[in-house]
Amino acid sequence: MAEVIKRKRDFHNVSRGWNVVLNIIAGLFAFLCVFPFLFVVIISLTDEKTLARDGYRLLPAKWSLEAYRFVFQTGDMLLRSYGVTILVTLLGTLISLMLISVYAYAISRKSFRYRRFFSVYAILTMLFNGGMIPTYMVVSQLLGLKDTIWALVLPLAVNAFYIMILRTFYSTSVPDAIIESGRIDGAGDFYIFLKIVLPLSLPGLATIGLFSTLGYWNDWFNALLYIENPNLVPLQSMLMRIESSIQFIQQNSQNSSLSMTALQSIPQDTSRMAMVVLATLPIIFAYPFFQRYFVQGLTVGAVKE
Amino acid sequence: MVQFFKNLVKNKVMLFMVLPGAIWFFFFSYLPLVGTIVAFKQYRFSREGFWASIAKSEWVGWKNFKFLFTTDDAFIITRNTLLYNIAFIFLGLVLSVAMAILLSELVSKRMAKIYQTGMFLPYFLSWVIVGYFAFSFLSLDRGMLNQILGWFGAEPIQWYSEAKYWPYILILVNLWKAVGYSSVVYLASIMGIDKSLYEAAMIDGASKWQQIRSITIPMLSPIIIIMTLLAVGRIFYADFGLFYQVPRDSGTLYSVTNVIDTYVYRGLKTTGEIGMSTAAGLYQSVVGFVLVMVSNFVVRKIDKDSALF
Repeated sequence: MAEVIKRKRDFHNVSRGWNVVLNIIAGLFAFLCVFPFLFVVIISLTDEKTLARDGYRLLPAKWSLEAYRFVFQTGDMLLRSYGVTILVTLLGTLISLMLISVYAYAISRKSFRYRRFFSVYAILTMLFNGGMIPTYMVVSQLLGLKDTIWALVLPLAVNAFYIMILRTFYSTSVPDAIIESGRIDGAGDFYIFLKIVLPLSLPGLATIGLFSTLGYWNDWFNALLYIENPNLVPLQSMLMRIESSIQFIQQNSQNSSLSMTALQSIPQDTSRMAMVVLATLPIIFAYPFFQRYFVQGLTVGAVKE
Repeated sequence: MVQFFKNLVKNKVMLFMVLPGAIWFFFFSYLPLVGTIVAFKQYRFSREGFWASIAKSEWVGWKNFKFLFTTDDAFIITRNTLLYNIAFIFLGLVLSVAMAILLSELVSKRMAKIYQTGMFLPYFLSWVIVGYFAFSFLSLDRGMLNQILGWFGAEPIQWYSEAKYWPYILILVNLWKAVGYSSVVYLASIMGIDKSLYEAAMIDGASKWQQIRSITIPMLSPIIIIMTLLAVGRIFYADFGLFYQVPRDSGTLYSVTNVIDTYVYRGLKTTGEIGMSTAAGLYQSVVGFVLVMVSNFVVRKIDKDSALF
């Protein structure tokens, strides 16, 4: 530590030399985290023939928007998948918030006689589960949800971990005194929940809601298990399916202007990457604004009642 | 009995509130538990539905388990699941704590915020997307890595069929996805450390390095221990997306990419060995349960507030 002398300005800080080194390391790692996405954007903007000759290049010899033109031309499949994902995400987050918020509230109230029972009932599901195959049997055979939108919504709707986070949130941020005063004024339990507790818990609900939104948006697993109908394929799952064959687009496109001979000239690799870019863009634009909730969620979750 | 009904009526609003969630847990968590008895049966699908399929399947006792553990599969999937998770926990911890400390020492808080946002991105992407990212580097004829090898005159490598590289690839990809998020979490708790501790240390002439070693790391250790123990509790569960999407389900790589979760999935969808896969799933649940209980017990001993229950 020979730089002691330099520490005149603000002795809290590391020396200027170290600051540069640390900036380079952090900047490099941050860049590495973003780089693959930029690379895929570049690939999607490369001319297909150039790509076949040169491979994936950071600076392609010839740029082209052909891939995006193709994707939008056969866009009904992308649009449908977008539609499915948006519907599932909205419906799922809404249902999920409704179920979780009331359950967590009930088991956070000391006046609820069966709170212990229902706490344990939820917690047990975190400790032991039946696993993939029995769940698959229940969802597909007993509930008959296979190839319905509900197979994408319901399996992710409730999560004991979120219930516990929210329960802690209620018991730390909604004082008992407020609830008691509501009761003295003659308000019923449900009225108190709607008019007093929910408004006070908006930050907690936002956190759970955003975790849930991200979970639904990025889900491909339930589609992999339960969805065969091409009209119900969500975005992430569609990306999986085109991985094996771009002809999937062809078969599922109602656009008859694409003849069989056009099949050979389809920009295969680039349009696949264009799809990846188009599916990722909403997240890229949204997450910088919401990131603090995701940090909060984990810290709230780490500090239990 | 009368008292019981009186209590029900008295708590009717609250009961009404837990009801939808309780029904969900019943169907999606508790009924599947009943379904695990398939692990002790020769499963035969019946058109009459869930109960009929279970009832009509013949009891075979421990045969599915015996069969599972006489094959190499049981050993391979257990080994892979455990070793990968140990590597993820250990390397992830070291890297993300180091990165958190590094970010906290940056002079410009605005730059730190920008780096953080960049590092956070992978957390928000699905494994499908990450699989495509990996492919852009690893593709045989077009991938970036083989091009770089080409500049040095080396032969291109068939990444998706050479098993020996995959432990490194999977560890790298997992760290890439996870370190940003956990370092931001550690950074949040570094920010919560009382500043006067550092001031006192500086008055005593402690160097930056000494401050990190004697203040930052000791103050972080409770959360480090808790996060690690919680991860240890989940050590028997693998991240299905990582092991399924990134290697593109390539058969030649199974010896190093097959984990318990992918094995169970393939039993269901590809090989159709329902009984044996359910047995593997039950084996995972039971060992996983023991590990969660043990690690939670240890967490409770260290810090009661941080325990899962």
